[in-house]
Amino acid sequence: MTTAAAVELNARSIRRIALSHKLSRWDVRFSPYLYVSPFFILFGIVGLFPLLYTAWVSVHDWNLIGGQGDFVGLENFATVLAQPYFWTSLRNTFSIFLLSSVPQVVAAIAIAAVLDFNLRGKTFWRMGVLLPYVVAPVAVALIFNDLFGDRYGLINSGIMSLGLEPIRWHVDVLPSHIAIATMVNFRWTGYNALIFLAAMQAVPRDYYEAAIIDGANRLRTFWSITVPLLRPIIIFVILTSTIGGLQIFDEARMFDQAGQGGANRQWQTLTLYIYELGWGQRNFGRASAVAWLLFLIIILIAVVNFLITRRIAGSADRKLRIRAKGVS
Amino acid sequence: MKRFPRSTLALTVAGAASFALILSGCSADAGSGSGSEQSTDENVKLTVATFNEFGYDDLFAEYETANPNVTITHKKAATTNEARDNLTTRLAAGSGLSDVEAIEVDWLPELLQYSDQFVDLSSDDVADRWLDWKSEAATDADGRLIAYGTDIGPEGVCYRSDLFAAAGLPTDRAEVAKLLGTSWESYYAAGEKFAAAGTNVPWFDSAGATWQGVVNQMPNPYEEKDGTVIATENPEVKAAYTSVLDASSTLSAHLSQWSDDWTASFQNDGFATMLCPGWMLGVISGNAAGVTGWDIADTFPGGGGNWGGSYLTVPTQSKNQVEATKLAAWLTAPEQQLKAFASKGTFPSQVDALSSDELLGATNEFFNNAPTGQILANRAAAVDVTPFKGTSYFPINDAMQQALTRVEDGTMTADESWDQWVADVNALG
Repeated sequence: MTTAAAVELNARSIRRIALSHKLSRWDVRFSPYLYVSPFFILFGIVGLFPLLYTAWVSVHDWNLIGGQGDFVGLENFATVLAQPYFWTSLRNTFSIFLLSSVPQVVAAIAIAAVLDFNLRGKTFWRMGVLLPYVVAPVAVALIFNDLFGDRYGLINSGIMSLGLEPIRWHVDVLPSHIAIATMVNFRWTGYNALIFLAAMQAVPRDYYEAAIIDGANRLRTFWSITVPLLRPIIIFVILTSTIGGLQIFDEARMFDQAGQGGANRQWQTLTLYIYELGWGQRNFGRASAVAWLLFLIIILIAVVNFLITRRIAGSADRKLRIRAKGVS
Repeated sequence: MKRFPRSTLALTVAGAASFALILSGCSADAGSGSGSEQSTDENVKLTVATFNEFGYDDLFAEYETANPNVTITHKKAATTNEARDNLTTRLAAGSGLSDVEAIEVDWLPELLQYSDQFVDLSSDDVADRWLDWKSEAATDADGRLIAYGTDIGPEGVCYRSDLFAAAGLPTDRAEVAKLLGTSWESYYAAGEKFAAAGTNVPWFDSAGATWQGVVNQMPNPYEEKDGTVIATENPEVKAAYTSVLDASSTLSAHLSQWSDDWTASFQNDGFATMLCPGWMLGVISGNAAGVTGWDIADTFPGGGGNWGGSYLTVPTQSKNQVEATKLAAWLTAPEQQLKAFASKGTFPSQVDALSSDELLGATNEFFNNAPTGQILANRAAAVDVTPFKGTSYFPINDAMQQALTRVEDGTMTADESWDQWVADVNALG
């Protein structure tokens, strides 16, 4: 009897050990996934689902009000790719993107470097650069449209008073892109500058002290220490501004009253084209096809971007390491 | 209530607009909860969605006093674009629409495709209340009336009498009407006379606006009644295209309507005449504040013309269709429409209202005290053609406006731009 009871007790405690053991093993193995799951669940709902649903819409005839029609396969993609306006808007998107992103990143680093000095009234200046970002794009567009008016705009009034030909901001391709890129730069440069500033403040001050003792001037420390150490942040800013730049919509839409990107699509971007197809022509199938093409383009550009920036930043980093070795 | 064409005055970015709509929708719903807590069985809460200015604010209070069981919540969108996006997305979603939804005449062709989404509003009480063409436009193929007409946009010609005087032309509005004549040729000829006087002021604002006047006089500009697209082969369209561009090459200010330059030109003697529907009077007096000399002539080239106007609908989504229909009928009755006209100048589409002394006696101080009520009533009576607008009307007309702009701003010749337009129309399919 006693032995039987002991065996039973033993078995129970073994089982208990086994269970808690198992639980703790599960805990170790699965808890981390549980903790990070809110992001993925949220992403699944607001990110992945729309993406897949758009793909589903893009292979159908789909009216905004009427809803789903027949399955048409890749016909929407073929139609859209055969439209000259698709290619015009692709060109415009890249042109406006380059005209805005490149000067923006350069200017943002320069502004951040200045803000990184020991200025009086630091917070005031730092808040100041963020101010344009807080202004609604619609308000920005209203202000800049007064500047860029073809006939009665401020800039053209100035040009004409000098006796020169006015610039046709709303007619010619490049001037319209410059005008729109100006609005984008106005809004985003300060925002990016603050991100760079945050990164710059994380650079250990010893590096600068060592360099200054070695006789390096401000410019030299900026090029040889600050820029290389900003590598991950530069990659981040370039990536986000690539995605933002390729999706540019507000400024281009607000550039004239019709919001279609000009009579000859001089400044129609891909997102404006999506809007025209979806809400103008009510053809959600084709609009979704363009949306997916844009998605693929962004991924492609992001990968290329990443590879290039990593190489550039990587070589700069190597130089820094070599130099650091030389110093020691 | 057509204040601006569909694709214009997009003063709000679409994304921002839809967020604003969601927000305003929520707050309006939350607001309607209070005030009607007395639990009689028949308490009804109605929501009415309008845009711009319908002049209804006082009318709602009046209706609530007369019907104590009804509480009305007014949702007002700032622009027609915003209202249209709201309407179409909620139609597509199948919920969220107000009990009474205001729509613009331009949206009708599309909505008539889905006329089963709207309550049939026809009844003996309201038969013959509106001008024929006003209610015909809102009637679907089965004879169901899906919308009650509110206002219309009969067009006259607005002109600057001071610039006319400077050019040695008559300034009195009756004589000006004679000078402008009743055909497009005589209107352009008057323009040539004006230009010959050397004032260096263009005759009209844009080829696009003139096109709008011309195309609204063709019964079937772009589509046959069965929906077949004939736009690119229609000789009438090609002829109108050529004649409008011929005239604009010497007479137009080459401004596109609603652009910033167009708005600014009112303060800079930008042009001497423009085609003006009733609702345009408010736009002109707003843009040209401080400028004296605007007047309106009781004539319109090529016969009468109507540009814009609005309706009230009751979506089948509404849970109070009977009460909503009653409210919509009351709001669009001649008496109420006259009050709306007095309040915000929305020109009535009701037969009885059009002959009322109140309307006919109305004058407009800005336009040199012109009897605008009488003039616009005459202009409404002159409308004899309502163009057929099918589902492709808007994209095609939009593309045409861009084609005209391309020629006006010099990016293309008339022929190149026409070819591009044909390609655009073919791509719509």
